[in-house]
Amino acid sequence: MTATETRGHDGHSGRSDTAVDMRTTLGSAEIPSPVLTASGCSAFGRELEPFVDLTAIGAVVTKSVQLRPRSGRSTPRMAETPSGMLNSIGLQGTGIDGLLTEELPWLAERGVRSFVSIAGTRVEDFAELAERLRGVPGVLGLEVNISCPNVESRGEVFACDPVAASDVVSAVRAAADPAHPVYAKLSPDVTDIVSVARAVSDAGADGLSMINTLLGLVIDPDTMRPVLGGVTGGLSGPAIRPVALRCVWQVHQALPDVPILGMGGIRTGLDALQFVLAGASAVSVGTAVFNDPSAVARVHDELAAALGERGFTSVAEAVGYAHR
Amino acid sequence: MTASSHPAEMAISVGLLTAPAPRAARAPVQRTVEVIGRRPVDAYVELTLAAPEIAERAQPGQFVAFAVGGDTSALLLRRAIAISTAEDGVVTVVVSAAGPGSTWLTERQVGDTLDVVGPLGRPFPGPPAGARALLVGGGYGAAALVGLAVRLRAEGHPVDVVAGAAAADRLCSVQELIGIADTVAVTTDDGSSGRQGLVTLAVDELLPDAGVVYACGPMPMLRAVADAATAHGIPSYVAVEESMACGIGVCMTCVLPIVGEDGRTRFSRSCTEGPVFGGDRVRFADVGTLPWDVVGADAMGVVQP
Repeated sequence: MTATETRGHDGHSGRSDTAVDMRTTLGSAEIPSPVLTASGCSAFGRELEPFVDLTAIGAVVTKSVQLRPRSGRSTPRMAETPSGMLNSIGLQGTGIDGLLTEELPWLAERGVRSFVSIAGTRVEDFAELAERLRGVPGVLGLEVNISCPNVESRGEVFACDPVAASDVVSAVRAAADPAHPVYAKLSPDVTDIVSVARAVSDAGADGLSMINTLLGLVIDPDTMRPVLGGVTGGLSGPAIRPVALRCVWQVHQALPDVPILGMGGIRTGLDALQFVLAGASAVSVGTAVFNDPSAVARVHDELAAALGERGFTSVAEAVGYAHR
Repeated sequence: MTASSHPAEMAISVGLLTAPAPRAARAPVQRTVEVIGRRPVDAYVELTLAAPEIAERAQPGQFVAFAVGGDTSALLLRRAIAISTAEDGVVTVVVSAAGPGSTWLTERQVGDTLDVVGPLGRPFPGPPAGARALLVGGGYGAAALVGLAVRLRAEGHPVDVVAGAAAADRLCSVQELIGIADTVAVTTDDGSSGRQGLVTLAVDELLPDAGVVYACGPMPMLRAVADAATAHGIPSYVAVEESMACGIGVCMTCVLPIVGEDGRTRFSRSCTEGPVFGGDRVRFADVGTLPWDVVGADAMGVVQP
């Protein structure tokens, strides 16, 4: 089954006819499409196989892996909000062993590119994960999740502090496979995202993933208590798109040579186009996958068409166009 | 409490009555389908969908997930609804208008189209050879048992049904089930239909003759039915109604503490590892908590007391 056959609700009948060159890069790694999954929104890719040709998308950005198996938080873990949702999963996962023995081989056997998100509570955890992912077949690079809001303390959100963020990124860069680009995933919940971006870039990040969720809260008016088991959760979906786009814009303006993987509420090709015009050289589609499991392939097609309609012959030409 | 009385360790030492429900044979599809029938039934709305590729794949116990509100809807999350029947290219579901998304679904008219993904989840496992089956439905959960009742009768199994609800207008699919099952008992909390009381009133009477129990409905009912079946040494399978964001296994929001084949408890997804679980594998008392013996709880800082 191909993505074409599972076309969603936009009426397009197949891959776009436009001659737009959709190839892009994640640091040094070339990918055939600028549209990727988003970490935490497509598990390890397997579940999307009935809906999307996983080999045709930019990459599967995997759910963040930690060293040890992790149960995640108690339920309820989700609350729907206007044009979005709060999640409070708490990084549930089987740990690096499960990733290496189960998930990554499954992806590699099918020729699916993976961009592995790593998470931890200590700098050494991140470095060990990067080390263990050296040379693993199918792995294009690493996304360093220093910005998950669903952790025990704000002190664990490394991306809220330029020094802590830099420590993690430099340790990962030193430990990682030299062929693996290292992207730092940043939080919008900071006073000045440009200073964090500059710090991790100086620390060796090959690129930036922007943005993670925003910390949010919903209270049930009937029980008069927070809905989520974890009390607070991460806000995602189209509701955060203007915030995400602003972050990409500011960072690209300040650091035009640092590649950006843009994300935050992308639902359509025109949404993705905004991120490209603001400075992203690739994008991740996250929460929209919950609404439309074929969203990643659909957004690729819609973005290709939108670029062609505007006279671009490649996605690369459009990166940062809004600044020019 | 002694160490050996802990549920997870009991699972290893005593063994359970059920095996985890196997995966469905076929993968789901995403299709835009037409509403070809709409029928208000008391407090619910039954929608009939022309969905041949879903119908041919569906097995009793599975569900579908609808996008709601149209392409630009501010309601992003899919609504997971149990399949009532799937035959001759047609899928029927019973929708209860609870919030804005499900209300939107109940307002669909014949000729409207819906973006639907399915069939999803694991179907009800088959019964032991020759077993008499007891099917228990709470509220609109009874709709999910109609296709199962048809299959069991076709396979020659005697079928008893208990349908319960808060009140008569919250009962569901009773007429259909009367046409299929050997016996149908009805209970309501307020006595407005059938016997006044909870489903367990009738379940307790029917359990001694049952070889397997299947249930779908709200969590407290599932817990009571599963516990009663287990106490009688009868395997039970429950289809849970957890709220889900995606329905396909990627969001990790719909997890429950489930005892696995190895006796260890994991937070398992209701969508892809359920919605059908062995009734003795669901740790009902621990839903909404993080017990220390869930795999990976130690990494969350939860340690054995």
